[in-house]
Amino acid sequence: MDVLYFAWVRERVGLPRERVETTATTVRDLVTELKAREARYEAAFADERALRVAVDQELTDFDADLSRAREVAFFPPMTGG
Amino acid sequence: MEIRVEAHPFDLGTETNRFAARQSDMGAVVTFTGIVRDVSGGLDYMEIEHYPGMTEKALTAMAEEAVDRWDLGDVLIIHRHGPMRPDEMIMMVATAARHRGSAFEAAEFLMDYLKSRAPFWKKEHAVDGAGWVAARDEDEDALSRWEP
Repeated sequence: MDVLYFAWVRERVGLPRERVETTATTVRDLVTELKAREARYEAAFADERALRVAVDQELTDFDADLSRAREVAFFPPMTGG
Repeated sequence: MEIRVEAHPFDLGTETNRFAARQSDMGAVVTFTGIVRDVSGGLDYMEIEHYPGMTEKALTAMAEEAVDRWDLGDVLIIHRHGPMRPDEMIMMVATAARHRGSAFEAAEFLMDYLKSRAPFWKKEHAVDGAGWVAARDEDEDALSRWEP
């Protein structure tokens, strides 16, 4: 699936998007997998409460099911307007 | 209904006139405009990042909900992304309704949702460094009053 990062999450991970081969069934499982990869992911995902997640461009939570997901995005709370 | 996410500046007067002119049977048009503020006195420019695709979907869903809840005649949302200087306009919302109460309330609803639920992020570039603008608890709390 495609994993996208925005704002300081993008800066900490060091790239805006990447293709990830995963068997994770929930967002939280995917985060655990990513954190185990490298320190920069650990830094980006250190505090789950500071993050928001969208699956296929719909806001959701870390328990969300990923079995049919094509695109997962991680970002800080939004500051539009 | 018109939703635009774009980098270039817009003209508030032109947009408002165009929006008002295309209404029929609508006695009230309310507009809100967000402007880049230099709170600390050292802001060089503000940069707005967004999530192309999701941004348009989220704004469209908010506008559709506002039209349903307040029986609006029309909604316009323009939101810029990219770099912008202090005093530049970031975004605008316009609502058209038969009476002003609905137009005002719907505009407030849209702004409250847009601040916390549309995927935009502001980064301030100041003379002494850059930093992401933190979301405010008040903005999140503001959503609760619109819950059905």
